[in-house]
Amino acid sequence: MGTHTGDAVVVAEGLRKRFGQTQALDGLDLTVPAGMVYGVLGPNGAGKSTAVRVFTTLTRPDEGTATVAGHDVVRDAPAVRRQIGLAGQHAALDEQLTGRENLRIFGRLFHLGSKRARARADELLERFSLDHAGDRLVKTYSGGMRRRLDLISSLIISPTVLFLDEPTTGLDPRSRNEIWDTVRELVAQGTTVLLTTQYLDEADQLAQNIAVIDTGKVIASGTPDELKARIGGRIDVTVGDAAEIGEAARALAVLANAGVEPDVDADRLLLSVSVGSDSLALPDIVRQLDQAGVKAVDVGIRRPTLDEVFLTLTGKPTTTTTEEAAR
Amino acid sequence: MTAPAPASAPASALRSGLSDGLAVMSRNLLKLKHQPGQIAATFAFPLVSVILFGYVFGSAIPIPGGGNYREYLMPGLFVMSTVFAVMGALTVIAKDNGLGVMDRYRSMPMARSAVPFGQTAADLIIAMGSLAIMALCGLLFGWRAHNGVGATVAGFALLLLLQYAVSWVGVFLGALAKNEETAARIGPLIMPITMISNIFVPTDGMPAILQTIADWNPVSAATAACRELFGNPGLPAGDVAWPIANPVLATVGWCVLLLVIFVPLSIRRFRLAGL
Repeated sequence: MGTHTGDAVVVAEGLRKRFGQTQALDGLDLTVPAGMVYGVLGPNGAGKSTAVRVFTTLTRPDEGTATVAGHDVVRDAPAVRRQIGLAGQHAALDEQLTGRENLRIFGRLFHLGSKRARARADELLERFSLDHAGDRLVKTYSGGMRRRLDLISSLIISPTVLFLDEPTTGLDPRSRNEIWDTVRELVAQGTTVLLTTQYLDEADQLAQNIAVIDTGKVIASGTPDELKARIGGRIDVTVGDAAEIGEAARALAVLANAGVEPDVDADRLLLSVSVGSDSLALPDIVRQLDQAGVKAVDVGIRRPTLDEVFLTLTGKPTTTTTEEAAR
Repeated sequence: MTAPAPASAPASALRSGLSDGLAVMSRNLLKLKHQPGQIAATFAFPLVSVILFGYVFGSAIPIPGGGNYREYLMPGLFVMSTVFAVMGALTVIAKDNGLGVMDRYRSMPMARSAVPFGQTAADLIIAMGSLAIMALCGLLFGWRAHNGVGATVAGFALLLLLQYAVSWVGVFLGALAKNEETAARIGPLIMPITMISNIFVPTDGMPAILQTIADWNPVSAATAACRELFGNPGLPAGDVAWPIANPVLATVGWCVLLLVIFVPLSIRRFRLAGL
């Protein structure tokens, strides 16, 4: 197909899109190299879905350009559509048909012809272990099975680029793992995947590269390790007595990045602070607290939550706007 | 796994448009196979309507110029079931919008007009079936077409033309509706359109304003046209509104008008939605 590992298969430059009062995309730049899972991480309303809609030719940007597999998404939309697969936040399936019938119809709409569409449906069901449910109506499927069938539906033509818009939102952990396994298999076969997610963990598990987006533009990007190093970790300390909070806070401030004050939750006797690197070990923290005369009930180091990542990267808490919900 | 290569450019836009339309059509027809309930309802609706309206209303409503009320009623019931078909396309398309099926279609290399054309074609085939069932029910309860094969065929052809036109209205409304719930709320609005007409009662007893609305309602023209073609009673006499005096011409005119408005609107909507 002329795409080699390392070539950029999705390139966005200065994408802007406004819906009424909402500036969904505000100068988004993105370069996705071939042959990897590229994670687009951000909260609801950050512009993730709008970006995917632009890349999949569903929405036209107000400004800026985007190419997918070398084709401009506006001027050359039909060529883009022959190279992509899309699985969105819903299971975009016909509930009143069986899984197999859904795949056959999609196959025919990809111009495989009736015979090849049948063969491809059988092949995909078997390959992704849905053969047993292939002849049941989709409305009898569990949420996880629907999402898997939806994902499979986007693979009918082995797309050059697969767009997965929050493929695991609302799924139980087991179904989530199954989706992740499927995505890994696809990448092993050479498909490039652009995956949007609200979950840091999901991006971390699947993506070789991550772009963090907020209010319609990329605010940080890199490998998961680079981002983690930038964001650092969190230390949570629970003290036994409210009187010790002040001492504990001073002790933690020493460990934390320069100028960072710990967050204090006085009701729960909990202190939390971000630390710059992974170099801190639990014994160091305990020793520091001990020297300060603080009796900690609980001490833990953990990865930051997405909210904290955002707080660190943007200096403000995540805000949920209605853009994603209205789509 | 030997996956098919990304689909190449179609040999001919027309051919791919046709085959996409057929795929969408067969998707809609396939669904019926899994819904014996819906097929049963398709049978039950005409039966219940003929009994309910034919004998309940028929016991109290005198026909102008005399005649059997069931004979008077059947053309109207044909038209009513035809107009209710607007709900078919509306519900299917609105549901596809809500579930994201439409987005998937639109991200695929298929003809964008395939959805409305395939949907309306499937609706037409389903309508043929339900009209046939309704005609059988009518025959069972004393309705006859009296004007020979040619006029009878013309009557049913006119009903199918109306059905096709109405189906495009459904497609357009469905494309506007964001989901199935919105579609369900539009449904009850169709009832008055069929009631303010000459389906059940002659319009000359209605208050003047209502009578004018009823006389210019396409439903009335279609009903009068069917009465004329099937030779059923209830044809108006004397000074009546133009569509009632020239019902076949008026019905064809209404259908052409609906198609001229809603076919381009629907296709435009499918091409541009979400941009």
